[in-house]
Amino acid sequence: MNGLNPFVLFAASIFTSNMILANFLGMCSFIAVSKDIKTSLGLGQAVTFVLTFTTVINYLLYRYVLIPMNLEYLRYIVFIISIAAFVQLVEMIVERQLPVLHHALGIFLPLITVNCAILGVSLFMVIRKYSLVQSVAFGFGSGVGWTMAIVALAGLKKRLNESRVPKGLRGAGITLIITGLMALGFMGFSGMVQIS
Amino acid sequence: MAKIKTKDVWIMGIWKENPVVIQVLGICSALAVTNRMDNALIMGAGLIFVTAFSEFTVSILRMHTPKHIRMMVQVLIISAFVIIVDIYLKAYLPNASKALGPYVGLIITNCIIMGRCEVFAQKNRPAISFLDGIFNGIGYTLVLMVVAFARELLGFGTFFGIPVMGQGWMNWVIMIMPPGAFFMLALVVWGVNTVREKQETSESAGEVKAR
Repeated sequence: MNGLNPFVLFAASIFTSNMILANFLGMCSFIAVSKDIKTSLGLGQAVTFVLTFTTVINYLLYRYVLIPMNLEYLRYIVFIISIAAFVQLVEMIVERQLPVLHHALGIFLPLITVNCAILGVSLFMVIRKYSLVQSVAFGFGSGVGWTMAIVALAGLKKRLNESRVPKGLRGAGITLIITGLMALGFMGFSGMVQIS
Repeated sequence: MAKIKTKDVWIMGIWKENPVVIQVLGICSALAVTNRMDNALIMGAGLIFVTAFSEFTVSILRMHTPKHIRMMVQVLIISAFVIIVDIYLKAYLPNASKALGPYVGLIITNCIIMGRCEVFAQKNRPAISFLDGIFNGIGYTLVLMVVAFARELLGFGTFFGIPVMGQGWMNWVIMIMPPGAFFMLALVVWGVNTVREKQETSESAGEVKAR
């Protein structure tokens, strides 16, 4: 068990081990969705919300169900089912109770089940043996970091519309290069905290 | 529906619709495991196995799966095969298993597999789906190997762990860090797109001449 302060962990998961820029997780929707700032922000909020709660749920499932029954190897199936079930549940509740929120997040929720960042955070939590409080901090921080990266990329992409990009680089290529430059920038934070 | 030939599957998976470079799917792991060639190779082998068998299983069950829960069924099938890969790696290649860490489990959410199951295996027979899985997996592995080759050569000065760059070589640390992965993959995408474009224009030019 590592005794990292949850606040340190929170900051670290935003800056130094950002889900996208350091761990490459959630790239698929990152590249596909990051077209304008508003959509990116919506997706980011949905990811943060789901990430925080599924991390806690998966922690409890792993700690109190899988470990006592010696079924650790089933964690992939259990985690992915709990994520899918949670997303479905949230979608139903939000649709009934909070139509305003549903309007904002609705279209993003189904996308989230297959977002590798969600499953990735749960798996990291198991491998690094976080406690419950640390898991909450890590899940929430990762979501915030993910949102920040995707919103920043959407802003940069807007500028790209007016610039002349070599033909073969258009689309995925230039997005990867921009992300690489962002990762380079974020490496400047790496002196602050290290968690892995 | 037109019958799909084995040869088409072969070309589509590796070149014409290469999952990583052309469709930009599954790049999370393509970026994460490519700092060493042996890691990339093991990851690629795992993905070929999972994609082929998942597509095979999905295709066998395609007549019996209710439409609205098919995604869930696909995810469960994929997870089962990923668990097999994970246990196998832990038992026989413990070092690689440690180096790959959570990225083995993340094969589940690799969009290539879900995508192929949904697009191909739902509509085609088991045998050809199996082949499609293998060739898409190979297409993915090839890209991984190219990226890993450049990153390992420049970042560690080695090729599969064997030093090849000689005494005076300074390691490019940036290549084994995250930014190096992004830049390298972008260069590969750029190269492939340029070659494809040339090919297409020469093909259409050839057609004009033939007329």
